[in-house]
Amino acid sequence: MTTISPAAGTSAAGRPPAPHVPRPTLARTFLAMMARELRVLRKNFVSTFVRVLMQPLMFVFVFAYVLPKIGGGAMAAGGGSGATFATVLVPGLVGSSIVMQGVMAVVFPLMMELNWQRSITDRALAPLPVPLLAVQKIAAAGLQALIGGLLVFPAVLFIHADGQAPSVHVDNWPVLVLVLVLGSLMASAGGLLLGTLIDPQKVQVLFALVLMPMSMLGCVYYPWAALDHVRWLQIVTLLNPMVYVNEGLRAALTPQMDHMSFWAYMGVLVVSTALLTWSATRTFTKRVLT
Amino acid sequence: MTPSPEIAVRTVDLHKTYSGPRGGVQAVRGIDLEVRHGEFFGLLGPNGAGKSTTIGMLTTLVVPTAGEASVCGYDVVKRSVDVKRRIGMVSQNNTLDSDLTAFENLEFRGRFFGLGARDARRRADELLEMFGLTERRGGNPFELSGGQAKRLMICRALVHRPEVLFLDEPTAGLDPQTRVNLWEVLRGLQAEGQTILLTTHYMEEAEALCDRVAVVDHGRVLASDTVDGLKGSTGADTVITVSYDGDVPDGVRALDRRDGISKVELGEGQVRVFATAPDGLLGELVTAAASAGVTVTDASQLRPSLETAFLTLTGREYRE
Repeated sequence: MTTISPAAGTSAAGRPPAPHVPRPTLARTFLAMMARELRVLRKNFVSTFVRVLMQPLMFVFVFAYVLPKIGGGAMAAGGGSGATFATVLVPGLVGSSIVMQGVMAVVFPLMMELNWQRSITDRALAPLPVPLLAVQKIAAAGLQALIGGLLVFPAVLFIHADGQAPSVHVDNWPVLVLVLVLGSLMASAGGLLLGTLIDPQKVQVLFALVLMPMSMLGCVYYPWAALDHVRWLQIVTLLNPMVYVNEGLRAALTPQMDHMSFWAYMGVLVVSTALLTWSATRTFTKRVLT
Repeated sequence: MTPSPEIAVRTVDLHKTYSGPRGGVQAVRGIDLEVRHGEFFGLLGPNGAGKSTTIGMLTTLVVPTAGEASVCGYDVVKRSVDVKRRIGMVSQNNTLDSDLTAFENLEFRGRFFGLGARDARRRADELLEMFGLTERRGGNPFELSGGQAKRLMICRALVHRPEVLFLDEPTAGLDPQTRVNLWEVLRGLQAEGQTILLTTHYMEEAEALCDRVAVVDHGRVLASDTVDGLKGSTGADTVITVSYDGDVPDGVRALDRRDGISKVELGEGQVRVFATAPDGLLGELVTAAASAGVTVTDASQLRPSLETAFLTLTGREYRE
């Protein structure tokens, strides 16, 4: 049984606006919402990033350390350029982690917010147009994706057997930053679109039918150019947005390997980020406003 | 719609139809309301009457199909951000942020509404203190009791000192003691001049709290007045219902010509008498049965209340 002090009832809690009432600007509200995300991220840092780190960590451990040790060196034929498999994996695993984290960072909370208790109403009542709230969600999840990708870097750079060190060399920093940022935003915008379109009971299906094939066939473990030998797959693969993140990172990190041309990956990254953001904003608004 | 300084909330012929099969659901079918600043206004009606949809439209989260609504002079569709800046909303569900502590829920709400970080923290502590929640400051909002969670939601709605506070079924699902405590909280807010619009399906809640009440059913306002006004306007003060296991006795049928009785409704084996002078009437209706040779199966007398008003307005029992 709860009881409250008599003072509670007669408190000066809800005076009509006094002169010092804040006048929030859209930018201020937007930044305050980002500050909330950072606070939550700080609290849940380990649990948030463990799930994104484990998969690439195990992968490089098995393929760049264990297999070369036990004589599985046949794996180490990346792009026909004589590079070690670890060299192929660096951009691939960073890129796929970014995409996976971007999608998960928006889908998981959204399933709760849109369904259970419909707690999205809380955020939707903040003085921000609902489409801007969608943009804020994309920005916040994009930030998580970027952090996830950066955390994967050291793992894939330093875990390898002797002589299997990846050969990474950044000769164009702006391209690297742009690909990382655009890839993060594209993934979270795509996540918001999926999250607002699918039925919450079917999240498992999303992972099985969308994310799993997307990462296995996302040119993570081989460069796109190497698919020459399986021409049909090389063409079908072009529908997978993750390919452009990985190829962009390949261009930025391991330029010595075959990779798509700048205009191909950058063009797709820019256009699909814009398109996904636009459509996710619309579907989100439809789900929030009834 | 021209902003009128003394009107806090206004709706004109407000409609909402949810799309769906067979033409969808007409949740709200033409609601007109005016709530003045400083008023405690209640939307009273059974579940499914359209109250939550109406409050949803006023808080900008439900888009009206037709008609207009404004809060503090701002149109809820065209100026939704201006409306959101001026309102606080306590919804029926627990929509507290489970990733944050009780304190942080208030802190960030303040920052969303433009308070600086330090002011937001000060305001959060001030509200926790006022509402007796200080000891739950660092706790997860989902570990609070139902009454505490509701109080925290009220705190959160008040952080930015809204001009209008909306509460959707604030005491639904709470135990009676907690409900009465919450009423005290709301009365205190009103005493401070807070404009409040609340929906409820509890008659006694509307009677206990509201300056004015709109009785809503099937998406329409049936009557809107002060609680006393609603009781008076029904034309009857007391409603007596008697059921018989046969035909209603003839003597009862003639009652409507008598002074102090405003209406007699005859149903199959049932009579309902609306009376301003009810003394002895119930006994008379029972005795009439004996002389006509039928048995009384049920008899009730409702003292004048919002419930009798509802009965008179709709011709139906109030269904909660």
